[in-house]
Amino acid sequence: MSRLSPGAVVRVREDYPPGHIRTPVYLRGKQGVVERYFGAFGNPETLAFNLPGPKKDLYKVRFRAVDLWPDYQGSPKDMIEADIYDHWLETMT
Amino acid sequence: MSGDHHHHHDHDHDHDHGHDHDHGHAHSPPQPDDKVHSYHQILSIALKELLIEKGVVTAAEVRSFIEKRDSITPAHGAKVVARAWVDPAYRARLLEDGNAAAAELGFPITGTKLVAVENTADTHNVVVCTLCSCYPRDLLGLPPAWYKSRAYRARVVREPRAVLREFGTDLPDDVALRVHDSTADIRFLVVPQRPGGTQDLDEEALAAIVTRDSMIGVARLEEGAH
Repeated sequence: MSRLSPGAVVRVREDYPPGHIRTPVYLRGKQGVVERYFGAFGNPETLAFNLPGPKKDLYKVRFRAVDLWPDYQGSPKDMIEADIYDHWLETMT
Repeated sequence: MSGDHHHHHDHDHDHDHGHDHDHGHAHSPPQPDDKVHSYHQILSIALKELLIEKGVVTAAEVRSFIEKRDSITPAHGAKVVARAWVDPAYRARLLEDGNAAAAELGFPITGTKLVAVENTADTHNVVVCTLCSCYPRDLLGLPPAWYKSRAYRARVVREPRAVLREFGTDLPDDVALRVHDSTADIRFLVVPQRPGGTQDLDEEALAAIVTRDSMIGVARLEEGAH
């Protein structure tokens, strides 16, 4: 059972640790909505160093382009979506 | 690949032999192997040579893998799209489980999860990998050079509509855009909208009009373009 369900409002951790991080910097600290749950996948942060580690739940998270870029030129309906691992997502209550 | 490009004096040169050429092949000038390798290209060549030297892989395995990779073309993805257009049950299976649907047509996808995203009258999808060059290689082959460029990767999440316009795709304001940044183990295939005027085409003819760029999402298939 995944921690987050589609529709959950989340915030990407605003954190800048060293290493092989596949959470794009332009999304850190940004608020989005879980679009779907993909399942558990190997964690690139440990895989990159050939270290053992548990799989991580992976979600498709949808961000409004106007929330990412204040001067965004386009429709307010435009979305940027990225695949984010569970440990990078904080829930908004 | 080092050390194997020193033989430019094959019969493809263009000088005058002083006799008639009637043996039917084009006499293009020799292509000098004057490419300067970048640091990372040299690193990858060194790594490959070490792996071969240590017996981890053989040169034949590397060659065979590259050959297999190079045999995958966007025509594979086009067959998946055309089937989805003509077979609603297949379309539903493709949207539900991309790997299984691709495998059904003989295109196995290993190591990544394929997710098909469908363009409709009010939604347009475009794919990028801002971090590197993730691409549905098992279905479309190698990505085009522009897909890997820093300009495309940086701009398509920042000003996607301007980028699409540069590809000749003018997206109406009432069509919502979804940009998919391939940041993990998911690979995205855009299912373009079937253009009008194609009702008489069979599946094979439909596959022939599906272009690579329409499956990345930087282009739409226009009516009458086939």
